[in-house]
Amino acid sequence: MSLDPGTIVPLAVTFESFTDVDFWISVGIIAGTYTIVALGLQLNTGFTGIVNFGQAAFMAIGAYTMAILVLKAGFSFWLSLPIAVLAAMLFGVIVGLPSLRLRADYFAIATIAMAEVVRLFAQNARGLTGGNQGLFCDTEGDTSVCYTNDWRDLSDSINENIVSNFWSNPDTLFPLFLVVWLTVGIAVVALSYFQGTPWGRVLRAIREDEDAARALGKNTLLYKLQSLAISACLGAIAGFFLALNLATLHPIDFEPLVTFFAFSVLILGGMANYKGVALGAVLFWVVLEATRFIELPDPPFTETRLASLRLAITGLLLIGLMAFRPQGIFGKREEMVIGE
Amino acid sequence: MTRPAPAAIGERLMERLRRQPWIGAVGVILVIFLALVAGEGLHAVAQTGLNGLSLGAIYALGAVGLTLVYGILKLVNFAHGDFLTFGAYMAYLVNVTWGAPLIVAVFWAMVATALLGLLFERLLWGPMRAKHAGFLQLILMSIGLAFVIRAVVQWFWGTEIRTLDVNTTDTVDFLGLRIGQTELVVLVVGVAVLVGVGFMLRVTLLGKRMRALSDDLDLAETAGIDTRRVILYTWVFAGALAGLAGVLAGAITSLRPELGFELLLPIFAAVILGGIGDAFGALVAGLVLGVMTEWSTLLIDARWKVAVGFLVLLIVLVIRPQGIFGRAKAI
Repeated sequence: MSLDPGTIVPLAVTFESFTDVDFWISVGIIAGTYTIVALGLQLNTGFTGIVNFGQAAFMAIGAYTMAILVLKAGFSFWLSLPIAVLAAMLFGVIVGLPSLRLRADYFAIATIAMAEVVRLFAQNARGLTGGNQGLFCDTEGDTSVCYTNDWRDLSDSINENIVSNFWSNPDTLFPLFLVVWLTVGIAVVALSYFQGTPWGRVLRAIREDEDAARALGKNTLLYKLQSLAISACLGAIAGFFLALNLATLHPIDFEPLVTFFAFSVLILGGMANYKGVALGAVLFWVVLEATRFIELPDPPFTETRLASLRLAITGLLLIGLMAFRPQGIFGKREEMVIGE
Repeated sequence: MTRPAPAAIGERLMERLRRQPWIGAVGVILVIFLALVAGEGLHAVAQTGLNGLSLGAIYALGAVGLTLVYGILKLVNFAHGDFLTFGAYMAYLVNVTWGAPLIVAVFWAMVATALLGLLFERLLWGPMRAKHAGFLQLILMSIGLAFVIRAVVQWFWGTEIRTLDVNTTDTVDFLGLRIGQTELVVLVVGVAVLVGVGFMLRVTLLGKRMRALSDDLDLAETAGIDTRRVILYTWVFAGALAGLAGVLAGAITSLRPELGFELLLPIFAAVILGGIGDAFGALVAGLVLGVMTEWSTLLIDARWKVAVGFLVLLIVLVIRPQGIFGRAKAI
């Protein structure tokens, strides 16, 4: 297919970005990050029946805690990670204790309000979070301290020592891609394993009929708290990957939109299916990023309009799936029982 | 009716509070008011309260429609905020692009948003009810719809900040208080429409039917109410009020595609504070929330004031999820 550069061909695919490995690696990192976010939602919504609309808050707490510990308190990057995960999980428990007693619709609204409070905090506590300017390298003094420094060193050594054996000039983001998808793999295997244990069956019982589970002597609040805390842990890990990928943290990266995108990924992949989430994420982001590699003529298609096009695609996807296939591609209809 | 057995005053007060929790809410507001007057002076409290009323009128207008839709259709409509956005941009189209007076723009915004509500009822919500769709299905669909409306607005008007053709400089002074001319118009229009809405819900047959449906749809149907028609009117009502709220919000601030979504959570807070499905509750709660939000600026930096709505929402959900007027049903 040859294109005359002088004429604008609508819907013409530019092969530069289509065959560009860097482009696909960055798509892969986003898809992997969203897989991890949506795995938490799968555990909450798909298997426990609690509609968590506050996942972006757990990502924010993970990412910001890590960055603040490294930049403001001088912690090592590696030590800051488990602390940040614990912070997010603790926050999940604190939020869950009062709100998990609520009906599903009230819980959904409570969690989104909670997420907005967290985002507003990130926006306004400027001394700590950098506000809307964002949080990045601390350049006071001679050396600049970045929260990505330790990761960069490891990443470079992975590229030099391992990847360079079979790829002469690897992309700088390739190690992140590997680590993200390795994490996805571990999380999918672990979650699938736990789903088969008695613990996993109790979660399912709560989703199907919480009163019945309680009648059998199960402390359902405790199980729901555990489900939310694990989801918060996954959210925090996804927050780290987002932070490493962006190299700067802004409150706008943790809008409710992020949670809703993750829900789109979840629904596309299918309810009550962990492997489906990964496939849903890849499909979702390839479709969204297609607006970047399909070159559309600029007068009607400006950058803002392409952004609105991505939003419209997501919206229509959600509406269409909910209308015709609410269980998603790989989900089971009988496992989607939330709210009657 | 038998008189209750004499009990200790404290116990009777608690019983009274349990049955009529709004007395407790009035008490809390009164305490906050007096504390603020003592700390900051009456003038400052009255001035911020006045600003709060125009914000509260916007919340209340948004909340009345949202709560009726929630109560009647059991639909947590996340697209309601984007109805406000749509209304605001419809007014922009008429007022700025076509240069018509604002009053015409307001009417067009209300009509257009009401039609939008009807369209989606026909296209989405009606068919989904027929399919007996669950709560999660409906909530995610409304989020999808919110994205589509916002995407359309962003496609045509972009992300730049726009303003309606309103007077933003002149102020009006009375009783030692100062309010912007536009704010005053918003306040008067908002409160007047709210009074009209309250009257309509209380007195007219349609209002009574709407409330009956919101209370118990099946019972209302058994009582011979044409529920299908009342549902359509509810959408017209909710859409028109959302459109108006959007224009008013656009008039005192500015127009962005996120305008409505940012108002949605405070509006949800008003809905829950007033008790889901309770139109009067939403109306009062919206005004209260607006005033509280502005009062908070006396104590904390104004950039934190948005958090007040969210915090009120979280506190109400934790201590009294059925709202200040609601009865304890299964929550």
